[in-house]
Amino acid sequence: MYQIKEKKQLYKDIYGMWIKAEEVAKTVEPGQFVILMTKEEGERIPLTVADYNRGEGLIYIVFQVAGKTTDELSKFKEGDSLFSFIGPLGKKTEIKNYGTVVAVGGGTGIACIHPIARNLKEAGNKVITIIGARSKDLIIMEEELKKVSDELIVTTDDGSYGRKGFVTDVLKEKLDNDKTIKKVWTIGPPIMMKVTCALTSSYPVDTIVSLNTIMVDGTGMCGSCRVSIGGETKFVCTDGPEFDGQLVDWDEFMNRIKRYRSEETTSWDKYKHNKTCRCKGGNN
Amino acid sequence: MAEMIPMKDRMKQDQVPMREQPPAERVRNFKEVPLGYNKEEAIKEAQRCLQCKNPTCMVGCPAEINIPAFIRYIVEEDFEKAYLTILETDALPAVTGRVCPQEEQCQKECVLNKKGKPIAIGRLERFVADWARANNIHGEKDGDQKKGCAVAVVGSGPAGLTCAADLAKMGYNVTLFEALHKPGGVLVYGIPEFRLPKKIVEYEVNEIKKIGVKVVKDFVVGATSSVDFLKKEFDAIFLANGAGAPRFMNIPGENMNNVYSANEFLTRSNLMKAYLFPEYDTPLIIGKKAATIGAGNVAMDSARTALRLGAEKSYIVYRRSRNEVPARAEEVHHAEEEGVEFNFLTLPVKVLGDKEGNVIGMECLKMKLGEPDESGRRRPIPIEGSNFTLEVDMVIDAIGTMANPIIANSARGVEVNKWGYFKVDDKTRMTTCPGIFAGGDIVRGSATVISAVGDGKVAARSIDSYLSSGGSLRNNGC
Repeated sequence: MYQIKEKKQLYKDIYGMWIKAEEVAKTVEPGQFVILMTKEEGERIPLTVADYNRGEGLIYIVFQVAGKTTDELSKFKEGDSLFSFIGPLGKKTEIKNYGTVVAVGGGTGIACIHPIARNLKEAGNKVITIIGARSKDLIIMEEELKKVSDELIVTTDDGSYGRKGFVTDVLKEKLDNDKTIKKVWTIGPPIMMKVTCALTSSYPVDTIVSLNTIMVDGTGMCGSCRVSIGGETKFVCTDGPEFDGQLVDWDEFMNRIKRYRSEETTSWDKYKHNKTCRCKGGNN
Repeated sequence: MAEMIPMKDRMKQDQVPMREQPPAERVRNFKEVPLGYNKEEAIKEAQRCLQCKNPTCMVGCPAEINIPAFIRYIVEEDFEKAYLTILETDALPAVTGRVCPQEEQCQKECVLNKKGKPIAIGRLERFVADWARANNIHGEKDGDQKKGCAVAVVGSGPAGLTCAADLAKMGYNVTLFEALHKPGGVLVYGIPEFRLPKKIVEYEVNEIKKIGVKVVKDFVVGATSSVDFLKKEFDAIFLANGAGAPRFMNIPGENMNNVYSANEFLTRSNLMKAYLFPEYDTPLIIGKKAATIGAGNVAMDSARTALRLGAEKSYIVYRRSRNEVPARAEEVHHAEEEGVEFNFLTLPVKVLGDKEGNVIGMECLKMKLGEPDESGRRRPIPIEGSNFTLEVDMVIDAIGTMANPIIANSARGVEVNKWGYFKVDDKTRMTTCPGIFAGGDIVRGSATVISAVGDGKVAARSIDSYLSSGGSLRNNGC
């Protein structure tokens, strides 16, 4: 079950995996996510679907090593299987012909923006894609995105590749110069999405963000993922993960995603120690 | 073999108490609180049974257990027959023996109630089930799927497991779909280890698998696949996905970091085993002072779990008074023994937090009781100006659940009522779509394990008669 068919190292700590999950691949749509567990003792982590292949029953996920579970997952090899893999969860992206749209991706969000950009393109939109990262090595999926975009602009914070600066610098230029832009999708680190929304708020465009929160079941049962959208409590797992970015209470969202930071560090440190410790038993 | 004691002497015997872990000890562990009867205790208690000609206890049992018969077998020390007698109608004896509110069901109807304490039917059931598990005694392995028809059961909680087991015994080909990575529903994510050890649930689920029920985990009906799709693959469907969605107070500050729904708090601790962190990866931050809002069984479970996870103070905050507490008396008693403090006639109005979103207190109002409301209980009325701050750093909302619409949204022709629960026929549990049945909390709202078991049984019989009379979802055009 849930066998890893292909594993790619996209950057030193960013990985892509094609996972066999036939039931999920049958019904998945852009914008949706999955929840996986590496092992029975593991935690349930949500990951946005980065691509899918219905014919072969495969789901593509992209993740950056950021804690124990993703560290462990990065050590899985092709042929290994995951303990649990459920989906597709959440609502799909509202794909239709809007005219001109912009897809903004940062970090592993670059991968998540890919199926959305592709489907928007297929629906007849003019798709401008802007992706950004700290430096050249962190830019992933450039070729794939080029294929599904009318225009692709890459930015790096340090100028080591593409344009020096942030995705928002480019987005601002586009919004100033192209009045046909109707809608912006932005997926990436919370701060990037927040800043993007701050920028687009003064333009006549809708801004859609995809929120990645802490979840447990992912089916609306626990409320771990709740966020305030326009003053109303919503669940990212069943009401999202995409929301009107202008309505998100960003401060609350960022507080909530950090709430287990110290426990996560404890857990990861212990894991790293056990991996490297040669002492007897290896678990002290 | 133990002797049947003379009728007149049976009435004189006192109910045999069940040994328990002492409060001061158990509050530091997750081991079961009641320790169960041993053989001698079970026989002694069983000997009190009057073996009524018209046993009223059975009237009060949704699992339809032949209670006098299994108790008689205990007296005869034929524990295997006692077990098989229970298993004929109840596929989850070790579970129901632990979590049923017997005092409101079988034991309430026991004639001994008139003179003294009823037979401790639940404890005896538990003894028999535990004995069978320890002695490797199993039910019959029939379920050869000779009937050919395929039935989908959605949700592997008590309603789904019971319905699946009954149908498999009748010879149907049953597939049980579970959204989580482990079957058991509320039995694994909701009820804490110290009330219902998860190994026991796992064992009874495995026994049900052995009858021939196929369990498909990681399958979210309503997401992975729709009910409409299942209609093409199965002849009948039983929807038993539970009530699911947590209810919040909708007061300011409720999205602070350490405010949990009871569902989240208990799922982290029970299903994900956060109490074993970091051996298990799922964390749970426990405050020094935890407030649980609500006073039902789930609230007691939450408040007691908080203590075991290290909270120095664990408060129940309830807007009504002690008389209106909906939890079982036994649960309230256990909670109080362990040091849970009850704040009655108290209504939270605001959760107070710091800049990082951590809870630093909860503003509450004092209440008084007015005239009875539609539930028949006296309505709590806020006392103006009585605001005070309860110093807590963690809040658990245990004020009930509501219907999770995820399945209803994917099922054309299956109607729900205004609260989102499936409308079913009282007698058959059939929904408005012929061939689709429903039971448990997604029909009743938040109810008990045993009422879900009862629904599973009724639905299994109705599905049998629906299929036996030639019905099938594959050709009803619904």
